[in-house]
Parts: sequence; C-alpha cells; structure tokens
Amino acid sequence: MDILVLLKMVPDVVEELQVDASGKALDTEFLRMILSEQDAHALEQALLLKERQGARVTVLAREAPEVDQALYEALAKGADRAVRIQAADGGAGTRPAATQFAQVIAGDPVFRGADLILTGTQANDDLDGLLAPLVAHELGLPFLGIVVSVSIDAAGGSATAVREYPGGVRGEFSVALPAVVGIQAAEKSPRYVPVAKVRAVMKSASIGKVEASGIFGQAMPQIEVLEMAKPAAAGKAAMVEGPIEAVAVKLTDILSERGLL
Amino acid sequence: MSTSSGACLPLEEITLDSFSQFPEGRRVLTCIQCGLCAGTCPYGDVMDYPPRRIIAMLRAGLIERVFTSDSLLNCVACYACMAKCPRGIQLTEVLLPLVKEQVFLRLPETPPELNKALENTLRYGNPTGESARKRALWVKTAGVPIRLLPEDPRPVDVLWFVECQNSYHPRGQDISRATARLFHALGVDFAILGNEEKCAGECARLLGETGLFDTLMDYNVAVFRNYRFNRIVTSGAHAYDAFKYQYSRVGFAWPVDHVTPFLAQHLDSLRPKLTKKLNYRVTYHDSCCLGRHNGFYEEPRMLLQAIPGVKLVEMPHNRINAICCGGGGGGMWLDTYFKAKGYERLSERRVKEAVRTGAEVLATSCPYEISRFEDALKVLGQDGKVAVRDVTEVLAEALEG
Repeated sequence: MDILVLLKMVPDVVEELQVDASGKALDTEFLRMILSEQDAHALEQALLLKERQGARVTVLAREAPEVDQALYEALAKGADRAVRIQAADGGAGTRPAATQFAQVIAGDPVFRGADLILTGTQANDDLDGLLAPLVAHELGLPFLGIVVSVSIDAAGGSATAVREYPGGVRGEFSVALPAVVGIQAAEKSPRYVPVAKVRAVMKSASIGKVEASGIFGQAMPQIEVLEMAKPAAAGKAAMVEGPIEAVAVKLTDILSERGLL
Repeated sequence: MSTSSGACLPLEEITLDSFSQFPEGRRVLTCIQCGLCAGTCPYGDVMDYPPRRIIAMLRAGLIERVFTSDSLLNCVACYACMAKCPRGIQLTEVLLPLVKEQVFLRLPETPPELNKALENTLRYGNPTGESARKRALWVKTAGVPIRLLPEDPRPVDVLWFVECQNSYHPRGQDISRATARLFHALGVDFAILGNEEKCAGECARLLGETGLFDTLMDYNVAVFRNYRFNRIVTSGAHAYDAFKYQYSRVGFAWPVDHVTPFLAQHLDSLRPKLTKKLNYRVTYHDSCCLGRHNGFYEEPRMLLQAIPGVKLVEMPHNRINAICCGGGGGGMWLDTYFKAKGYERLSERRVKEAVRTGAEVLATSCPYEISRFEDALKVLGQDGKVAVRDVTEVLAEALEG
C-alpha cells in the first residue's frame, strides 16, 4: 500500500496580512508560510493508516518558504519519504498548483503507483476546495472530499471513507483505489513531534527533489489578479439608548423597517 | 559536556552504570526508598511511578517500563519531592527531567492542547500562538515610559524579561503595568526586549521536551548578547529558574533576579512610597519555583506587610508545604487531560484553602497563578470570594494616595 500526501504551504494568518503597494498581492515583508492545517490532518490520516494497516507514506510538496521544515517534520512524524517539487513558481492559484501536482505524479512511476492520494479538503487560500478534485480529474481518478475517516478494505482494492454533511450527518462511501481523498479532519488531531526527533531526522534523512515538467505553464490558464483588498468593514452597530419604553419602540421600528416583524 | 548537571547526559546513557559516573547520579543511587517523595507529591496517589519507584526501577534495570508509561505526564514539576528528600537528591532538577525526556520521546500520543502549546512556542515564541510582533503591544498602555532595547539599544542597568503570560494575557498585562510603575517609582534604569523576547522555555524542559527548551535557550542567549546590561530581572518564576540553573550551559553569566525578591531588596526605598492604606486581609501563595526551589518565602510577605493596613493570614499549606497551582512542567496545558482522567485540578484544591482563610486577596508571584486561580474560582462557583492579585499589583495600588 502506497499513500501519497500532497502538502501545501499557505500564508500564516497569525500575522496580520497586508496588501502590498501594487494593490495586487500580499505584502511579503512579514508574511510567513505555514503548512496548511488540513494538509496536516491528511498527513495524520496517512500515518494512522500506516500504523493500523501498513503502508509506505510519501509526502510531496511544492517549493515554498519554510517548506523544508514541514517536510522534515513529516519525516520525523513517520512519513517514509519526502519530496519537494523544484521551481514550483508556475503561477498563483489552485489551478496551476493542481496541474503541477498532477504532472509530477503522472511523470514519476512511484507517485503514479500510489494507491491513495490524500490532501486537505480545503486550504486558507483554497476555500472552494478545488485542489483535490482538480488533481483527481487530471489523473483520471475518483475523488471524495470532506472526509473525516478512511480505512483500507481487507483486499486492498478499495477504501471506505466517511464524509461529513451539514447537521452532523455522515455518509459512508466505498471508493475503488487508486483514488484522491480530500481530508476535512483526521480521526485524531495531528500528533506532536519533539524537536529532538526533527533535528535527528534533519541529520539522517534528506528531502528528495523532482523537477517540474518543462511543459508546465505554457498552456495553463492563469488567474490575473486585478485587485487585492482587505474586506471593507460592514456598517457599524447602532446603540439604542434611552428609557426602556423608548428603546422598545425604536427596536420594533427598526425590525419592521427591515420586514422582520 | 558539563558534569555539574546530569541534565547534560546523552539520552541513551541513562542507566545505572552511567548514572554512577556523575556526582548527581551517584546521589540518586543513595535513595533509601523512604517514600517521602511519593507522599508529598500532589498527584502521588494517581502516579504509577512516583520518584521512589522510578529509582527502584532504575536499580532493578527496569527503567524502560517507566519510559513507556504516561505516568510522568502527571508530574507538575512542583519541587515538593526534592524539597522533602532526606538524602537531598535533585529529583525535580536532575532525575525527573532526564526520565521525562525519555517518556516524552516515547509517548505514542500527547494531549492535543499540549501539542498546540508546544508547536506555538516553537513557531511564535509563546504558547498561546499570538503573533511575535504583538509581544510588546501592552507597553502602549503601561502609563509610564518603557524603553524597548531593539529601538534604543543604549546600555541599561536592568534588562526586564517580561515573559509570555505577562506580555499577552490580559491579567498578565495588568502585572506588567504594575511592575513598570513600581520600577518607575523606584527610579530603576530598565528596558525590555520587546518583540525580540521569546519564551524562556523552562516548562518545556520540565515536561521533557528538551529539544524545544534548547532551541529557545540558544535563541534568547543570542539576543541577550546583542545588548549591554548589568542584570536580568524577570516576571517569570519559571524563567528565573531557567536563567539561574540552565542557561549557564550556553554561556549565560548575568546576575538574575525575579521581580518579587528584586523589589524586596529595594524595600527601604519602596516603603515610603506605599502611602495608600489598603485594608485587605491577604493570603500569599508560595509559587513552587520561588518558594520550594529558591527559598524566597519571606520576601513577598515582607513586601505585602509593608503596605499600610494589610493583614497577612496564612493558608494551612504554606512555604515548603504550599500546594502547586498545577501549571508547572506542562501542566498549564494539561487541564483537560487531568479532568478527563478524573483528577482534581490542583488550582481548585488551592483556592478552596484560600477561600477558607477569609482573605480578601490571594496574592501570587508566578504569572501562571492569576489565570489558573481565577479560573478555578469560577469552576467552583466561588468567583468573587477572593481576589487573585499579583504581589506587584497590590504594591502598585498602594503607590497611589
């Protein structure tokens, strides 16, 4: 059983994001990149599968600031192999990212042979959750998203995945392997790896590199950013003050003005 | 590699054989198995391996069993066992961190709230995951000028190491504002590191996450070396311990004080300024680091009694017998874990005693205690029965008038 986990670095929103002078991009002065939280869950789900049913886990990530730290942490947590896609600057947005992942996977026999491809079902720069379905589409594989639990069936040819729906409803699906699965949350919260273990891995292991395909980007529809802005503050709250009777009259007026009474 | 502290032993050498090559290790092996350590341990009743049994397992060659138990997650590093040991064995200082490091490396799973705190501390330099760039924001509300060394790097007498809780937590910031006003009133020449300061890391070390501690120690010492100052005074009781006992391993050689004993040294100058009469009954909680570990029992009490009108009352467990707030050694981020195991939270045990004294103020001197005790009072439905306030807050209140 080979599991491939696609990892992506996204802007860390602990730091306040600023738009740069061009008005079209994030100011990179204080911008830090962090592993997408749901990708960390995808890795955890892969490691749980490895511990439970045996598997070889490979993590694959596009080049980005601090990506090596994330890859070494993945190795320290139990991933067997970490690979970074070189020269990943093939354009911003989810579409180029998905195409590049798909091309790299299709071009490498080990990646191509993966039984299961896991990644976060969303990321803070991909709230539409398009990365996983686009990768699946380009590879011609089935896709299942918003998944909170995966197990490989005994024969190994299919997996059972639990998908979340609104209102606490869950659906259980059987999916033929190989498949791409978007993880909403792993069965357990992602494990912690002691700093000493990460340091040891940095000494003993290395990160593999794979070149992005030369044809990448030529025919790729690119998103052109026209303007980037912080959300404008909506109308401010109005404080209704005065004696209780007057406040009550004002409140009923406000509610009926808006057709709520 | 230093032989003065067993904490420098390579990980794999923790056996009976290598222990006997180090003076502190040899002392561990003089244990008479009296069990005072387990008896005084606040979680001794629920621990599979209190210090006495750890030493017995070590002697029997069965230490691996201790390493693979999660028993030591319950250790809140309160120094009670070490303070009571009739053989003077450095339990909390040497033995427990070594064993806990091995336990931590082997734990198949650690509680999520703890994981988050550790990841945050590594990435942002504080356990709550606040932006490192916001560490010094509280300074704007201090009411007195506070020099930030990165902006004004002239030499200074006192480098005040504020620590995480007192930089970010709203109640911790109250302590920082009070401390700044006291320093100002005393004419102390002080400055802070602002956003360049990171967690001193002592709780990570006493939890067993020594790699994280080493990373933070290396970082902070490198930052200290960029500035010229005569001494460090810190608001963190745990930071005080880290600087005093651990940082020397990487060349830290500055004199260090905690704010409370530092103010006590200046009591003659401070006393005439404490003019406002505060008619409080005050009970003082000895923090583990300042009390049992460093013997600062009288300094905070002297400060409180210098305030006109303050009447000091004692809880049954005071000084060497004080009950830990439960926040040390990672306990700050294990409340949910302890609760899930069905243990009584130590902070709740402690505030029950404080309420029974009839005191209006429960005075503290470690940054963890304010939020822990205030939360415990709320959980127990005793909110408002006693006000939890840092010694510096009570002193600063007495400045007015």
